[in-house]
Amino acid sequence: MKSLLKPSIFVLSAAPFLLITYKIFFNKLGPEPVKEITHFTGEWTLIFICLTLSMSPLKRFTSFIFWIKIRRMLGLFVFFYATLHLLTYVVIDYRLDWNQITDDVIKKKYVFVGFAAWLLLIPLAITSSQKMITLLKQNWKRLHRLIYAIAILGSLHFIWLSKTIYFKPLIYFIIITILLILRVNFKNIFNR
Amino acid sequence: MKKFKYSEITPESIFKNRRKFIKNLGLSASSLFFGQNLITSANANTKKENMKLTEYRYVTTYNNYYEFGTGKSDPVERSQKFETKPWDIIIDGEVENPITISMEEITQMFPSEERIYKLRCVEGWSMIIPWLGFPLNKLLKKVSPTNKAKFVKFTSILDPEQMIGQRFPILDWPYKEGLRIDEAMHDLTILVTGLYGKKLPNQNGAPLRLMVPWKYGFKSSKAIVNIKLVEKMPISSWMKASPNEYGFYSNVNPGVSHPRWSQATERVIGEGIISPRIPTTMFNGYGDEVASLYNGMDLKKYF
Repeated sequence: MKSLLKPSIFVLSAAPFLLITYKIFFNKLGPEPVKEITHFTGEWTLIFICLTLSMSPLKRFTSFIFWIKIRRMLGLFVFFYATLHLLTYVVIDYRLDWNQITDDVIKKKYVFVGFAAWLLLIPLAITSSQKMITLLKQNWKRLHRLIYAIAILGSLHFIWLSKTIYFKPLIYFIIITILLILRVNFKNIFNR
Repeated sequence: MKKFKYSEITPESIFKNRRKFIKNLGLSASSLFFGQNLITSANANTKKENMKLTEYRYVTTYNNYYEFGTGKSDPVERSQKFETKPWDIIIDGEVENPITISMEEITQMFPSEERIYKLRCVEGWSMIIPWLGFPLNKLLKKVSPTNKAKFVKFTSILDPEQMIGQRFPILDWPYKEGLRIDEAMHDLTILVTGLYGKKLPNQNGAPLRLMVPWKYGFKSSKAIVNIKLVEKMPISSWMKASPNEYGFYSNVNPGVSHPRWSQATERVIGEGIISPRIPTTMFNGYGDEVASLYNGMDLKKYF
């Protein structure tokens, strides 16, 4: 039973990818397919950021070690969906038109923060193995706190690209803010 | 079936051919013709290209109409019960004869003609739509604008009961837009009562909307109830929401980038993921007709 949990979470996490692949091959993406893929992969990146950030609070509240065991996998799915998102934009949408892409990254703040967030994910993905954890010791923990910055950049990316009101972007922003606040050690602050 | 020549850059010739065509075969046959969707186009330089109409199902299900919600499919899902009868339009302000005119009177007084225009959204996508309508100048001439009439302000309906989006402060409701008087009097500027040979669907702005093909789509107000001729430049709802993003003119201009969307290229709605973006053209391709309206103006400043 226990050994099945991790594989099932893997399959569940891969389900959005399978769904979008199905939609691409069966032409079910609607009038603006490229935008659809971009939004879909972008939103799932944010969802996985929220899931990854929920694991240590869940462990604290439930005292199940299980949450921490699946955290790495969820974090790698953040990188996976973020990379699909970036590739959709760079390859499918802008056809490697580097002039326009560089122009976007420099001039549009939402592209800038989105790209920055993806860059920051790279060291986290590289150092995600058990070997790296042992190798980096204390620094590993420090390095992986980058996910907090990535989460904030990711939700800003969504807010800044929205045209007028933003229900959804604000919901992600609120969830991420709560998940980050849960990490603040209030005891330490009040005992100072 | 006989083939007709259309031009993307010289819509007047479209319009003339179209008229001849409608005259010959009648409107019902024309919608049959459009069912085939493919139109051969040739411009003055005899450059041949295929100009494909955007499919009816996309034109009527992929809409920006925030009165019914901000999602692209919200308008079609939420507007079907929207009541457009009776409908009166007030034309007033700096005019000799202000009038209140009903939709019935409008359709009787101004027979509609078909005009194939490209709609370019500020979000970076475009559609090619066979509109049914008549030049706005015909209506404006009826009320005799005074010499104080420098601008035209369009106000859309305010009805939060029927329009769920208006219950939220998304924009400054009712929707307001404006044109300079010469833009409004231009022959390409039309009031639309239908598309694809049919009555205008609610989600596309029924019963009466504007279509200004050389400007970004949001300039073309939907469900208009008031056309006011004014002396001062009106402040549109989008200008009020975000003055540094939306200017009064909002002419399609690949050289002036929007903070969120590059305007250099656009996606053609209905094309698959294999199709690339196409380059956006100045004034959406209607430069021959309208560029002279802006002689000597810095269009980067007056965006």
